[in-house]
Amino acid sequence: MRNFKAVFKRELKSYFESPVAYVFIVIFLLATTGCTFFLSRFYENRIATLEPFFVWHPWLYLFLVPAVGMRLWSEERKSGTIELLFTLPITLWQALAGKFFAAWLFVGIALFLTFPMVLTVAYLGSPDYGIIFSSYLGSFLLAGGFLSVTCLFSAMSKNQVISFVLSVVACFAALMLGVGVFTDFLNRFLPVWLSEAISAFSFFTHYQGFQRGLVDSRDLVYFVSIIGFMLAANALVLERKKAE
Amino acid sequence: MISVQSLSRHFGNIKAVDNISFSVDKGEILGFLGPNGAGKSTTMKMITTFLPPTSGTVTVGGFDVIEQPLEARARIGYLPESSPSYRDMNVFDFLMFAAEVRGFDGEERLNRVKQIMETCNLKEVAYQQIDTLSKGYRQRVGFAQAFIHDPEYLILDEPTDGLDPNQKQEVRNLIRKMGQEKCIILSTHILEEVEAICTRAIIIGEGKIVADGSPEELRSRSKQHGAITLELIGVDAKEALNGLEKVQFVDRVVEVENGPTAGQNRLRVRMFPMSGKSIAHETASFIHQRNWQVDGFTVEKGDLNEVFYALTKGGAAR
Repeated sequence: MRNFKAVFKRELKSYFESPVAYVFIVIFLLATTGCTFFLSRFYENRIATLEPFFVWHPWLYLFLVPAVGMRLWSEERKSGTIELLFTLPITLWQALAGKFFAAWLFVGIALFLTFPMVLTVAYLGSPDYGIIFSSYLGSFLLAGGFLSVTCLFSAMSKNQVISFVLSVVACFAALMLGVGVFTDFLNRFLPVWLSEAISAFSFFTHYQGFQRGLVDSRDLVYFVSIIGFMLAANALVLERKKAE
Repeated sequence: MISVQSLSRHFGNIKAVDNISFSVDKGEILGFLGPNGAGKSTTMKMITTFLPPTSGTVTVGGFDVIEQPLEARARIGYLPESSPSYRDMNVFDFLMFAAEVRGFDGEERLNRVKQIMETCNLKEVAYQQIDTLSKGYRQRVGFAQAFIHDPEYLILDEPTDGLDPNQKQEVRNLIRKMGQEKCIILSTHILEEVEAICTRAIIIGEGKIVADGSPEELRSRSKQHGAITLELIGVDAKEALNGLEKVQFVDRVVEVENGPTAGQNRLRVRMFPMSGKSIAHETASFIHQRNWQVDGFTVEKGDLNEVFYALTKGGAAR
């Protein structure tokens, strides 16, 4: 636990010691609120709900989360610090978990800083706080899912740009599997049970439940197991690739 | 003790390390010598548990690096090649991180870091970002990180690479000081370094150990070893060569240089002894009898460069 903590603290601190953290947070806040007010026309709708705010999260995370996570292992491998890390008396999982949770918490902090949106909607009307809470939870889990995918691709390449592009493509695919347009398209030539099974694997499908105010255990299990699976794959990749 | 047995590592068809065995005891400073790509770093990566061997075993202080990697790592201080460190951190934070992972807490952790910054002369850059430091300082940060837990075993991959002569000297002094109570393996391709600090040297070529011994032993394998270089003034070359060849145990005499310098004829010859014999005394008395004017008399210790070259190029030293 102490080793996990040491890696976690170091990692989190390194975000805030470089300008990356501030650039990310500013862009994230501008993009989420910008989309809410200008694209979703939050004021004009005259409805006290944060739905027009949360609806953008998957699409913003699609680029922003890989941007946060791309350096996680790429940089360690490129600069050779991975050799330092894995000759210190810590296990692979302690290092892996420390890095992942630090990055996740960092995205969580950015997400938390959107709280003025909640204040705004509370000031303007009387929103359903249950839905807001479940939406935030869903958004945080979705970010974790994207991040675990990014972690995996980050371990695969020493080049951050390649890690970023592969992560975006993979996250996009995982998102699109559940988007209406795509499932309709699949329905045309696949039996319904199959296209539904495919969309059940999508981040999007499971994210939507939270937006409706449902904290379904199946959705929780989905995100937790996706993260677990991706991190396990990440461990395998690292084990094989760390010395290259 | 670090014990390496029948260790091999293959990358595809390439045998980077090919069945090597050796062991290193406390108090020894072992120098790993070899051309680039000979397998020095690969071997070190296996000893430090970073790279799993294809076959063979390594134990560090009795702990197998595959079975009990954490136990082994806890006892090792490792300076990887080109001393990587988290460049976006400052020196102090980085060392605090290293100390924490090495199991130090609170007061002790702070004291360790302060002390190691003192030892490695890092105090004046404690709060500078590592990225902004010169190569020499970065190397010292790497050292500090490797020494912070006062490990029994030190593995240093090219510790003086890229340093200026003063810094090299500093690092060598540090290693020599540490070497008295530790077990150190360092790799280098600088031969003078091996002569300066190592108690033992292993030469690796194409993944195999081609020589293992003290620097003196290795040097004595040089063709030059025990040869005498003479500088004579105003002596006829032919007479000298013929005379010197008859000295006891002399194998052959070679003229190195013959020409007038400052109005006098200067003759330089090299005399090679028969295998295992010393010719210094006989040569000296021979010259004394002839009453030649001697300007130089050198018994060659042998050239490690030559041995190194011969062994790693597939040629044979004596």
